[in-house]
Amino acid sequence: MTTTLSRPVDVFDELRGAQLPSWGPRAVFGLAVVVGVGTYFLGLGVFRSVVLAWFICLSVPLWSLAIEGKRKATDRLVTTLVTSAFGLALLPLISILWIVISKGSKVLSTEFFTYSMRNVVGPGGGIYHALIGTLLITGAASVMSIPIGLFTSIYLVEYGQQNRLARWIRFLVDVMTGIPSIVAGLFAYALFALIFGDGIRLGIGGSVALSVLMIPVVVRSCEEMLKLVPNELREASYALGVPKWRTVAKVVLPTALAGIVTGITLAIARVIGETAPLLIIAGTTDSVNMDLFKDRMATLPVFAYSSISSPGFPPGPSIDRAWGAALVLLIIVMLLNLIARLVSYFFSPKGER
Amino acid sequence: MSTTQATRKAPPVRPGDRVFAGLSTGAGILILVILAGVGIFLTAKGIPGILAKPDEVKSGQHFLPWVWPLVYGTLIAATIALLIAVPVAIGVALFISHYAPRRLGQIFGYLIDLLAAVPSVVYGLWGIQFLAPHMVPFYAWLNKHLSFIPFFGEPSATGRTILTACIVLAVMILPIMTAICREIFLQTPRLHEEAALALGATKWEMARLAIFPYARSGIVSAAMLGLGRALGETLAVAMVLSVTAGEVTANLIGSSNPSTIAANIALNFKESTGLSVNALIASGLVLFIITFLVNFAARALVERRSEFSGAN
Amino acid sequence: MAKSIDVADLNIYYGDFLAVEGVTIPIAARSVTAFIGPSGCGKSTFLRSLNRMHEVIRGARVEGKVLIDGQDLYADDMDPVNVRRMIGMVFQRPNPFPTMSIYDNVLAGQKLNSKRMKKAESDDVVERSLRSAGLWTEVKDRLDRPGSGLSGGQQQRLCIARAISVEPEILLMDEPCSALDPISTSVIEDLIHELKTQYTIVIVTHNMQQAARVSDETAFFNLSGVGKPGRLIEVGRTEAIFSNPQEPATEAYIQGRFG
Repeated sequence: MTTTLSRPVDVFDELRGAQLPSWGPRAVFGLAVVVGVGTYFLGLGVFRSVVLAWFICLSVPLWSLAIEGKRKATDRLVTTLVTSAFGLALLPLISILWIVISKGSKVLSTEFFTYSMRNVVGPGGGIYHALIGTLLITGAASVMSIPIGLFTSIYLVEYGQQNRLARWIRFLVDVMTGIPSIVAGLFAYALFALIFGDGIRLGIGGSVALSVLMIPVVVRSCEEMLKLVPNELREASYALGVPKWRTVAKVVLPTALAGIVTGITLAIARVIGETAPLLIIAGTTDSVNMDLFKDRMATLPVFAYSSISSPGFPPGPSIDRAWGAALVLLIIVMLLNLIARLVSYFFSPKGER
Repeated sequence: MSTTQATRKAPPVRPGDRVFAGLSTGAGILILVILAGVGIFLTAKGIPGILAKPDEVKSGQHFLPWVWPLVYGTLIAATIALLIAVPVAIGVALFISHYAPRRLGQIFGYLIDLLAAVPSVVYGLWGIQFLAPHMVPFYAWLNKHLSFIPFFGEPSATGRTILTACIVLAVMILPIMTAICREIFLQTPRLHEEAALALGATKWEMARLAIFPYARSGIVSAAMLGLGRALGETLAVAMVLSVTAGEVTANLIGSSNPSTIAANIALNFKESTGLSVNALIASGLVLFIITFLVNFAARALVERRSEFSGAN
Repeated sequence: MAKSIDVADLNIYYGDFLAVEGVTIPIAARSVTAFIGPSGCGKSTFLRSLNRMHEVIRGARVEGKVLIDGQDLYADDMDPVNVRRMIGMVFQRPNPFPTMSIYDNVLAGQKLNSKRMKKAESDDVVERSLRSAGLWTEVKDRLDRPGSGLSGGQQQRLCIARAISVEPEILLMDEPCSALDPISTSVIEDLIHELKTQYTIVIVTHNMQQAARVSDETAFFNLSGVGKPGRLIEVGRTEAIFSNPQEPATEAYIQGRFG
């Protein structure tokens, strides 16, 4: 009887286990950074230094395996891998931003924004015509897409709900989301070629193609936003004897407005950078064209593409202009994204604050 | 289902209600019409291209032998891009949802979303001017040490290979896949996670026990959507890839590469006339069908997850 | 102002599902009638059928008659929108419109219907409604602030002010205090006492003490069995129902033996 008590067991011994010191992983990470930076300056090259530093980080799980056992080591290995996945994803972002800004900012000047490429050989010229084209084509696409998209989402949430037509529309909107942009361009070309004959190039065709890409995005985001409006508000309005259409127009839409504006801005940001469909149907030109319904129209993305794909001789200035156009495009898209975030941040209806 | 029987006299319908309901329904139906239009116009313009004789088109080939290498290139490029992007996307999503501090996680999420905002022409510029030249030594190394694998044959001197295109594609589809995975990981019921942790699981074991089983169908559909994007991406591939017409090769790092359908259209549309244009449109139809099937499969998987609607 | 309600043999369906069966109940003008009963017994559904709010849900329909001063609400040419203007409603959770100020919330019934009003007239309506809802002194200095900035109890009184600003005949209240703390609840109960001099009030409540405190008449609803429709078991003077119920089910419920 007494033998069981002869060796008192400290229960906390069971809870204690060999552990890496808490500074361990951080120290290894610091070492990896130092080695990586050091070898880079010693002339090892970016790629090799990064790989070397990464391998040093991998020593944490190995160390853990020796001290803490297999389960903890696996956990630490996954932590390392997951964190490096994030780092890996940031590499292209940093690299793209750095190269576009450094190469593109060289050509930015007043001339770059205010001149077209008409009669320009070699250096000089600008993106005025492409900027105008992008604004016109995207603007016309928005004018077509926003009402169609918004009213469709109203149909889906307020009228169709779960009926058969609504389910079909929802499904086909999803299908539309997956249409490759070049196919949208071919559609617009096929449509206008049937009307005006082969070889047609029109700015408005570009708008039609962009609309095909934009409508499903608008429908989706507006639908999500309308669904977020609590039913209680609709009921409160109905209970006041307000007809359904006034309820939708004056209660549901204003409540969802910030979200809708955000969604539409993001949709515009998405299509403003589209190149492929515009290459097909809007084509490119060196001159300013203000008429959506007549002749070719240059746009920023297509301008960047054609400046690099057929630079002429000498190629240098043209390639520089491509980077400049890319930078301007990137800034426009980032600004639109920023605006969208700010709108949703500042103008969402304040709940219980 | 209606509140009134056929024999009952209906109460007066307000004109406002009728107009509004009409506009909404009309917009919905218009979308059906547009989509039908896409199918009809592509088919109408594409069929002559499919039927064209070899001497009537620029390629000098029948449609099928001409389009087959393009389909091959499209599928191989998208598949490899997916293989690269899926593990990274899952890792990044997991990092943002469960490993990074909550406040930072949101900022990190925005950073990854920024990748989605970069226009494809910028990706193309980056791929051709920055990535491709930097990949050349790596390809030489691959060829030197791993040439027994057929993927790594004679390396290209410019780096404008299908593998470079795949890396660019992988970066491009990463944000959408990360965003979907992140959302699903964040939706994992907190109770499941806590149950796993309460059993003494490490964080990784918790992920395996609670998060992945819950998120599996979501991850698959995210991958399918990414695949759909990769299949249809045009400009980045068209700019990066140095193509050889009709090439079908396993070598991913060589100087002669198969083109993809989308890139081929972008590269050849301007110079094509007559039936060659129709052939290009027909190849676009093929691409449309492929992406449709992929997206359809993805949606079918998503549909299984029940959707909650705030509207009654 | 204030009208009586007569319900005769009302069945309420959701599609093919019979939710409430065979309700016959007279509701007197200028009185408070409370509906009590266990969860899911159809009392809220029945309340919502009194101003045709249940029709918001697809497939809902009724058989039978609801007479307001002899007029059938479900007559063929009756417009549900006009019905709801005459019969106001207050909901379980306070639901002021988040995009509107307190002032606009009170006037929501007029503003949403684009009714033109002179400034003096609308000021008058706002003050009168807010005074009736007992909220005037608390908010008169911040009428332009958003309604969602008020406390839960104040929001609910704002919703009451909003409902009475369109001068309805009848006021329906669907568990108006269930989301509120005891002090706000007592404020609202006092308010109900004052309002019944002008309106016919029907209130659904889970709280039997509340029913006993505020109502003149009490109706007890119950399910006739699992999966069966809800029915009206008993209705009578509140004192009678609570002190001397006729039905054993009512007695069991009131004494807390089930539900």
